[in-house]
Formats: sequence, structure tokens, C-alpha cells
Amino acid sequence: MANLTINGKTLTLDVEPDTPLLWAIRENAGLTGTKYGCGIAQCGACTVHIDGVAMRSCGISVSEAEGKKITTIEGLASGDTLHKVQDAWIAQDVPQCGYCQSGMIMAVAALLNEKPKPTDADIDEAITNICRCGTFQQVREAIHTIASA
Amino acid sequence: MNKHISPRLNRRAFVIGTAAVGAGLAIGLDIPFGGPAVVRAADGSPEIGAWVVVRPDDTVVIRIARSEMGQGSLTGLAQLVAEELECDWTKVTTEYPTPGQSVARKRVWGDFSTGGSRGIRSSQDYVRKGGATARVMLIQAAADAWKVPASECTAANSVITHAPSGRTTTYGKVAEAAAKLTPPADVKLKDPKDWKLIGKGVKRLDTVDKTTGAMIYGVDVKLPGMLNAAIKDCPVFGGKLKSFDEAKIAGMKGVKKVVKVGDTAVAVVADTWWHAKTALEALPIVWDEGDNAKVSSESIAKWLAEGLADAQPAYVGNKNGDAKAAIAGAAKKVEAIYSYPYQNHATMEPMNATALYTADKCEVWCGTQNGEAAFAAVLEASGLPAEKCDVHKVMLGGGFGRRGQTDYVRQAVMIAKQMPGTPVKLLWSREEDMAHGRYHPITQCKMTGAFDANNNLIALHYRLSGQSILFSLRPEALQNGMDPVAFQGVAQSGDAAFGYSVPNLLVEHAMRNPHVPPGFWRGVNVNHNAIYMECFMDELAQAAGQDPLEFRRKLMGNHPKHLAVLNAVAEKIGWNTPAPQGVYRGIAQVMGYGSYVAGAAEISVTDGSKIKVHRIVASTDPGYVVNPAQVERQVAGSFVYGLSALFYGGCTVKDGKIEQSNFDTYNSMRINEMPKVETVMVPSGGFWGGVGEPTIGVAAPAVLNAYFAATGKRVRSVPLRDQNITFA
Ligand code: FES
Ligand code: FES
Repeated sequence: MANLTINGKTLTLDVEPDTPLLWAIRENAGLTGTKYGCGIAQCGACTVHIDGVAMRSCGISVSEAEGKKITTIEGLASGDTLHKVQDAWIAQDVPQCGYCQSGMIMAVAALLNEKPKPTDADIDEAITNICRCGTFQQVREAIHTIASA
Repeated sequence: MNKHISPRLNRRAFVIGTAAVGAGLAIGLDIPFGGPAVVRAADGSPEIGAWVVVRPDDTVVIRIARSEMGQGSLTGLAQLVAEELECDWTKVTTEYPTPGQSVARKRVWGDFSTGGSRGIRSSQDYVRKGGATARVMLIQAAADAWKVPASECTAANSVITHAPSGRTTTYGKVAEAAAKLTPPADVKLKDPKDWKLIGKGVKRLDTVDKTTGAMIYGVDVKLPGMLNAAIKDCPVFGGKLKSFDEAKIAGMKGVKKVVKVGDTAVAVVADTWWHAKTALEALPIVWDEGDNAKVSSESIAKWLAEGLADAQPAYVGNKNGDAKAAIAGAAKKVEAIYSYPYQNHATMEPMNATALYTADKCEVWCGTQNGEAAFAAVLEASGLPAEKCDVHKVMLGGGFGRRGQTDYVRQAVMIAKQMPGTPVKLLWSREEDMAHGRYHPITQCKMTGAFDANNNLIALHYRLSGQSILFSLRPEALQNGMDPVAFQGVAQSGDAAFGYSVPNLLVEHAMRNPHVPPGFWRGVNVNHNAIYMECFMDELAQAAGQDPLEFRRKLMGNHPKHLAVLNAVAEKIGWNTPAPQGVYRGIAQVMGYGSYVAGAAEISVTDGSKIKVHRIVASTDPGYVVNPAQVERQVAGSFVYGLSALFYGGCTVKDGKIEQSNFDTYNSMRINEMPKVETVMVPSGGFWGGVGEPTIGVAAPAVLNAYFAATGKRVRSVPLRDQNITFA
């Protein structure tokens, strides 16, 4: 059993403490927006915010996440109002298959939190997610659009 | 019907629940007294022909048989239908018919397969006719109600107008009456110059759910009472499962069952996938690896190299003149050997499928590039007849050719069959996905070019040695043993024709098929053929002391479409003006999938081995451009995929197994490594070419040729990481 605070709700989940947070989120909390891509913290598909910081949830255990504020892609919008990154993603038609995009959006949202006007170099350093479809130039353009708004 | 693509501003998630499980064939036949049959969608709205459903609120549901995997065809196909239908684009939504429904209706939606950049080009004619047919029926229904000739009525934006009387109505209002009409036998399609929606970069129809986490991929499917399975197939292809020691994992949390899957694999079924995978890792398994365990990359390379020798048998794919004689008597000869490795698709979402088997029904939910092939796999694996099976397609987390295969579907059914009544979701770990791909085929190529005393290219001998995809996957398509697809990009004619005129030409393929299963990998044989040919063209130009662009141009007089795209990139990159200090250029062209494409790169190189790609320009002539915004994205994406393979890819074989196991050993480009791709579209009209794949062919050779320009070093094998060349 573990208590996890996900998207503002504290859930008591029947999960072992050493389970990767990714699988607790997907299978125990039933929030499937967070994706599995590699399981070894390489691809970023599983990125969530932990106390506001973008982290790869496949590499964090449930016990490490207990007591922290976890935000997943499902919790990024405020009610019916999408987050500005989601809006920009829609305006720019960023996703192709979309599978990497939950993680991409969470990584970008965290970057913009820290640096509201990131340079290309900031983007290069902070956004290390894999996108096999190759949406990078739309990702970059969308970030700049948000930053210049 | 599997409704999953929400209209653009509708954030409703695609919920798979009990309704979908029990629904089966959602289409109903409604036969009123004496009248023709009205076919209804699941919500009761009538079909106006097989491709279009019109709801009372004027929403138009367009049926899509091909699969959306990120390439945007779902939106493009809807544009094609809507163009002829003259409907309100803001009220368009889409749905997938299931393969079972299609079979029950004599394949009314045609081919489901989504590969070979075929989604739009092979169905554009009949889907546009589907839209036109519905428009004619809707107009006729309005005209009948008004008792005026249909010829006096027009339709635009889902509104039908009778100009003489000033009356108007909407599609939603006449849909019921239209559905009862007999479809016209023939309809006339618009002249391309009258297109309003085709050619427009309208927004995709499937974006919103992809930004909120609501989009359902195969990996996200949830069914009541569902269990989860993790699988291990014999890591040596062709090997078998000998035994496993179930007792060792008996007490492990969540484990429900351990099952043998065919002769080669074992799966653990548990309450959660994490439990299944953890138990599978702990399960002692003994494999019977067989003879293939002796195979390595070295042994394959040696065998392929032997095939380069003239004495070995080979199939001739393209020929004119007498290349061997011309080479023998030439003033100057140039020779080089290139090679290209196995590549894994590494779709972002690993393979998976969910199956529910009962004694009289078998249903599968999965991402597939070929709904009908998946359906056939369900029939075969379940042993049930077509009317008792179906496949519900969901969004693909990438396909690139991998999900045209049905191995994972078959496995899911084989597992579910051992647990009747319980839905089971089979998900491959990334490691399983890397170990059991359908790999880009491995080849080597020896090329010999010959010049006369005036430095004119008089002969070219292009000798491939290596693997055939058709031999393994579609042996019935071989032509007297020859794989015609092996010559993509260097073929005499067709949709992947050679773009140069050489007086004496010999293109041949010594087919050698190692045990590693090949597959259609984005761009397929264009990938290596374009690298071989276009890098060697640069070598020939250098030997002749000529500019690479000028050298090519001289050979392309009879290939104006190939030449036009080459000229387009040359102009855009500024070939005739000097590159910035320290920056070097490379150029390449090829034809594939019915489209003519070219690419150019500007790079700089530090320490001879650190590459920074500054600019990429690509051009394409696909005949017609349905959605320029999506074409731009496909072109850019193809470069990311192609350059990832060039720099980081390559799957090697040791003891019969693939050595790479995850993104740490099979890396993929990140945003910092990828410049913007400047795409130049030069659609010349009159033919329909593909978009998703062709440009991948020019990605690698453009960069390799630029690398030579920068360093004077020829790289003749992939990936670059093997030569310690990487991104700066
Ligand atoms: S799944 Fe966590 S980084 Fe890839
Ligand atoms: S959009 Fe498909 S992997 Fe990024």
C-alpha cells in the first residue's frame, strides 16, 4: 500500500514500494496519459512533474514519490482550461503519432516554468525526449510561440 | 464502429468499455417497407454510401479504412472525401470501420493496409468518389422534396441551395431521405484546379486528445476484468522454447498464469503488467536455440561479401548496353563497396494487443497498419470463422512499417485462447521489441563506374548482395525468384525509377537471406539504395573532377522530374554561392513511392568526427499535395528517422541474437541535434506519389556527401557511431 498525491488527489494504492512510479500511475491509478517507452529513463515518454520538477517516472520508485506532489498530463490543465503548452501544441499541430507528446509537453511545461523565455540553447539542454516521429521543429516553434506571447 | 477520433475541439476521450466489448458489428441494416436498405451507424445515423454518415446536427462522419500512425493520412483522406462532398469541414469527424464489418460487406472500404506511403495515393480515387456519391444523393433528396430538378441545386458547406426559388436546406435534414436513394452508378470528380480543401494545410483532426493524455493507444486499452501479459520469445530467431520452471515464480504477487505461446515463447499473465514483467524476469527459461545461434554480424557480412563477386548468381533488375564490356575497355575505373545494417523500427510505443477469446467469439484491440492482416491473424490464431472475429483499431504510437506485421496480434490471441472469457493485454517490453523486430534488411553493394578518355561516365555496374524482404514476407510476390522491390530507386521504371542515363548499365541483386527476419522499415530499400547510389555518384563526380551537382545534371537530361527536384534543393540551399566559412554541402536525389525527392545538407565537422548539421533542405514532387502542413511534417520526420539510423542506429547480431536492447544501445536523435528542415514542395500534377517515406532516402546521403566535402573522407558504412563519428 502506498499513498500517492496525483493531480491534487491523494490515492491509496495497492502497490509495492519498489514499483516504478510510471506503472503505479498507469496501472494502479489508471491514468494512462503517461506513457511507457523504455523503462530505463532514456526516452522521456513517462515524464511527470514531481513537486514541479520534470522527472522520468519509470526511474522513480513509488516509495520515493510518496509525500510529493505528482502531476501527470491529465492534471496539467486547470479544469477545462488547457495549459498554455497544450494550447500551443494544438495551434501548432505538433503531435504526429502523439505517443511521446505527453512526456514532451510535461518537459516543456517545466522548462517554461523555470525559464519563461528559453533560448534555443536552453531548449536543446532541457528537452531531451525522444520523438521517433521527429516533431522537433514543431516543438521548438511552439515553445518560441509561447515564450513570445 | 470504433469511434475514436474526436472532432478537433471535442475533448471527449475514446472510452473503451463494456459497450464496445459487447457491441460487435455496430452497423445495423434497416429495411423499410419495400424501400432500399438503409445502413445505419452505431448511433442510428444513416449512411449515405459506405464512406459517409450524416447526423441530424449536420455532423459528417467520414469512414477511414487506412490507419493513422502519426503520418496524417486520417486527416488527408477526410479532406479528399470532404472536397467532393462539399460539407462543412468544421463538422467533420472520422471513424474506422472494423475489418470484420468490411469483410461482411464484401470489402466495401477496400484495402486497409497502410504502408508503402500508399494511404492516400492508392485510395484517393475511390474515397473522392465516395464523397461525390454522397453529395449527389443528398442533393437529389433535397431536389425530390422541393420537386425541382437536381441540376438546379448546388451544395456548399453542407448547405443545399435551389437558386431559382432561393430555398436552402442542410445535409442533416435530408440525410434520411438521401440514404434511401439508390447511389448513382458513376460520379464525376472535380478538376484539380477547382479544389478548395485539397491542397490546404488544414489542422489535423486528431490533435487535441494527443495533448491531454486522453488519446487511447493499444497500450492504454482497458477492458473489464482484463489481465496483463508479458512475453519472452526465443531470442535466437528460429529457436524454440524448451522448458520453463513455473514453480519458481508460483508465489509472486499478482501472477495468474504462465502460458506457452506457440513453440517459441512463454508469457506470464498477471493482474498488472508490472507484476507480469517482474515475474517473467524471474522465470527460469531454457531455450533450444538451434543452429542460428552460430550466426553473427561477422558471419553475415562475410556471406554477403561473397555475393558481391561476379561469379555468384544474381538477379538482374535494370540493364542497358553491356556494362561489363564497357568497364573492361574503359579509360578509367572507379570502384567502391558500401554496406547498410539491420535497423529496428523502435516505434515509440512497443508492440501490444489486447484479445478476448470465448468459445464463439474472438476480438482484438490493437494498433495495426493493416486491419485486414490483423483480422486474418485473429482468424488463424483463434480457429474461429470470420463472422466470429473482429479487430478494433486504436491509435498507433508509431508504425514505420513495423505494425504492418501481425506477430504480436497472433501472440495475444494465443494467450487469450488459454484463458477463455478473460481479456488479456499483451505488452512487449522495449527489450522484447528490440529483440523481435522485423528489421530493415541488411545489404552490401559493390559499384563500379567507368569513364571514357573525356571523363564521360560510360558504364555503371551496381551489384547488391543481401536480404530480400519479399522472400521472407511475401514470397508470392517474387518474380521467378527475383525481388523487384530490392531495386527501389535504381529500377528501370515504375514508382522508384533510376534517375540517370548511363549508356551501359547493370543493376543486379545477389539475394542472400540471413536468419534475422526482415521487414518494411520506413523507406524500405530506398534507404540503402539511395545511400549507395548517391554517395557513389559523388565519388564518380570527384573522379571526373566535376562538381557533384553538375555531374548529376548531365546524366539527368531524360529524367526531367528527378532533375526538377534536384534543381529545387540546389537553388534553395544556394549551391552556386559559397557556403559560410567552415560549412560544407552535400546533395542527393532519388525516386521512391511514386514521388521525386532531393535533399541537401550543410554541416560543419570538428576534429574530423563531430558533426553539426546546420541546414537541411528537402524537395518533393508527389504529384499532388493534399495537405502541405502534413507533408512538411512528414518530410521533417523522415529526416529525423533517417539521420537517427545513420548516426545512432544499426542492429548487430551475436550468437544469433540482436545485441541492442533499448534506447541506450539504439539511440535516437534529440532536438539539439536536429536543425529545421526547409521543405520545398514542387507538385507537378498528373500523378499521385507517396509522402511518408521517399524523402528518408536522401537524408543520409546528403549528410555523408557533405561529410566528404568537409573532411575528404568517404564513409561507406552505417552507423556513424561505429566509426566514432557523432554529433558535435
Ligand atoms: S519510459 Fe521512462 S524515460 Fe522512457
Ligand atoms: S509524435 Fe510520435 S513519437 Fe513523437
